[in-house]
Amino acid sequence: MANKSVWRDNRFWQRSAGWVTGVAAVLLMWLTFDTIPQITMGTDADLEKGVTKRVPGPTVINYKITYEMDKKRHHEIPVIGGANAEGTSSFQEKEKFFGRDDWTEEEAAEMLHLGKLGSQTKNCMNCHTILGNGAYYAPDLTKAWLDPAWGPEGSMQAMTGKDTKEEAMAEFLQFPSQYPTHARMMPNLGITAEEAKGLVTFLKHMSSIDTNGFPRNFGKIQGAVHGK
Amino acid sequence: MANSYLTSESKRLATWYFTFAAIIFGAQLLFGLVAATQYVMPSFLFEVVDFSVARMIHINALIVWMVFAMFGSVYWLLPDETGIETVGIGLGKLLFWAFAAAIVVVVLVYLFIQVGPADETSIWFIHEGREYIEAPRWADFAIVVVVLGFISNLYLTGMKGNRSGIVTVLMADMIAFAGIYLAGMFFTDNVSVDQFWWWWVIHLWVEATWEVFVGSLAAYGLITMIGAHRKVVEMWLWIEVAMLFGSGILGMGHHYFWIGTPEYWWEIGALFSALEPLPLVAMFIHVLYDWGKMQGEEDAKGKEHSVITNKPAFTWFILNAFGNFLGAGIWGFFHTLPQVNLYTHGTQFTSAHGHLAFFGAYATILIGMMYLGVQGKNGIKVMNHTKSSIWATCMIFGGVLGMTMALTVAGYADFIISRAQWGATWEGYFAGQGGIWYAQGMGWRLIMGVITFTGFLFLVKDLLSTGKAANHVR
Repeated sequence: MANKSVWRDNRFWQRSAGWVTGVAAVLLMWLTFDTIPQITMGTDADLEKGVTKRVPGPTVINYKITYEMDKKRHHEIPVIGGANAEGTSSFQEKEKFFGRDDWTEEEAAEMLHLGKLGSQTKNCMNCHTILGNGAYYAPDLTKAWLDPAWGPEGSMQAMTGKDTKEEAMAEFLQFPSQYPTHARMMPNLGITAEEAKGLVTFLKHMSSIDTNGFPRNFGKIQGAVHGK
Repeated sequence: MANSYLTSESKRLATWYFTFAAIIFGAQLLFGLVAATQYVMPSFLFEVVDFSVARMIHINALIVWMVFAMFGSVYWLLPDETGIETVGIGLGKLLFWAFAAAIVVVVLVYLFIQVGPADETSIWFIHEGREYIEAPRWADFAIVVVVLGFISNLYLTGMKGNRSGIVTVLMADMIAFAGIYLAGMFFTDNVSVDQFWWWWVIHLWVEATWEVFVGSLAAYGLITMIGAHRKVVEMWLWIEVAMLFGSGILGMGHHYFWIGTPEYWWEIGALFSALEPLPLVAMFIHVLYDWGKMQGEEDAKGKEHSVITNKPAFTWFILNAFGNFLGAGIWGFFHTLPQVNLYTHGTQFTSAHGHLAFFGAYATILIGMMYLGVQGKNGIKVMNHTKSSIWATCMIFGGVLGMTMALTVAGYADFIISRAQWGATWEGYFAGQGGIWYAQGMGWRLIMGVITFTGFLFLVKDLLSTGKAANHVR
């Protein structure tokens, strides 16, 4: 080898690969240490004290949740308990959930636990998307709690004969093929009344997660001209 | 294994892995057809084999057959690379049967039990309901044991024999591949934390460790099939490792745009995932360049024969280089920036990318490895195409490309209507699903799926019969 160039040296490239991989892995771990505390679930005390969490505590189900444009961040954010002057969560306005707005931290956590378990054991994610991940055979569930179809103006309460959003959702989840909305139907998954309550808790809680504005314009557009 | 020319036990074991992989590949396609039919005809098998069940089997079979074929590939190349028989082959055989039995039980439970009550027992014994890694908890532990056995065989062989660059890369890569699986083995009530770690498994597999694995296989294939120079090929391999891990590890950020994680992942995810196609372009160029160079050397000597010693396998390796770049690189880049992903995230566009990426990056090269197995088993010096191998290649590649085109059209219609025009609600979702372009896309996807499956039948026929064909040089 007369002219030995570093660019043709396998050892050089092997070391480079090692260093690049190492640096990338360390950066990922460092970012993970920053991100995990930010997405750790908040507590009831946080909600009482008006501390905004990216993932609020389970008792967020006692509050009214909406999805509003944030002027500073230029995308929508979940607003919990009504908006303050800046347009962010004021944590004031409560909302009854299955007849109560005073679910304790333990009760709410237990319902959320059941709901999260149910979301997995009933395989929601292999038809729906959750936070946009899953299958594309059924609507995204990220902000399903805020979907106008389930609200007072929507068709689902009348269809299921229930007076509140949560009861309509729970009824539908237990007997989905009795309430077909399209040719493509949700199958009966043997969901019990208690599990349905848990799943609705899971959905309401998920709608309070700060998803950086995904999905855009959720529930704001009541239809488009020639949408199809 | 009668009538086998194989003297290496490691290579014999590899053919077992390839065989089981091919069977599960068939199951993947079959349940994909069920799911595709349900898009066109929603009442098909409703409340018998629902979409969720068919789709779970479709994607789990995908992962499992690829892992089997990957293990088989390692057992195939180890004796060639290390110059010795693989250490712990008895354990390898035992683990093969344990792994295969576990997979059969898991799939039968998916198919016949389907869902369970909302408790931990269902998570342990039915499935975990987390896309791609649905395997129940008991199977998670079984998989960990099997993988540890596999890795110890790889390490013991690599340390005892000649440790080539390819073996070194595989040793580093497979330990990461296995370790990452642990990140997906716990339950949490916090869906954001759940998906954060879930992506560690999925992303760091398919956009990092699996890609490096493919780079190693491509390197091995170039050396064995066209006689490329090891030093050059291994230098390329190290460069590819640097580029793949350098972009892929932090490219994880593109999965952290919308799951509750902080906004800084927009910039990190956008930058590094935008770099992810570069190594795939490099691999494509590298494979074609080496081929041209080796053939050119031969031509310069005045010899007119091809340098390729296994035509069907090399065809699949070339399709891998192209399909990886096209499916993972281009289709991935299409929707990787947060500005477009805000709308495309979780639509049929993702599934268009998913189909071409998994196929282009992994299925192709693993089919190529199966052909190397058939060649070795039958003692063939130069393996040529048969009519079946050509039909199989054209129909499978054409079919998947067709599915991708169809899903891309459906995906555009889906996300523009349901997301941009209607704001992603239930009503908006079905407005998107009801569009004429969407419906046409789904129809074409089914047709292309049938073509792919027919191609698979040709592939099976060819893998079983080509060893006896008369047109090879023995």
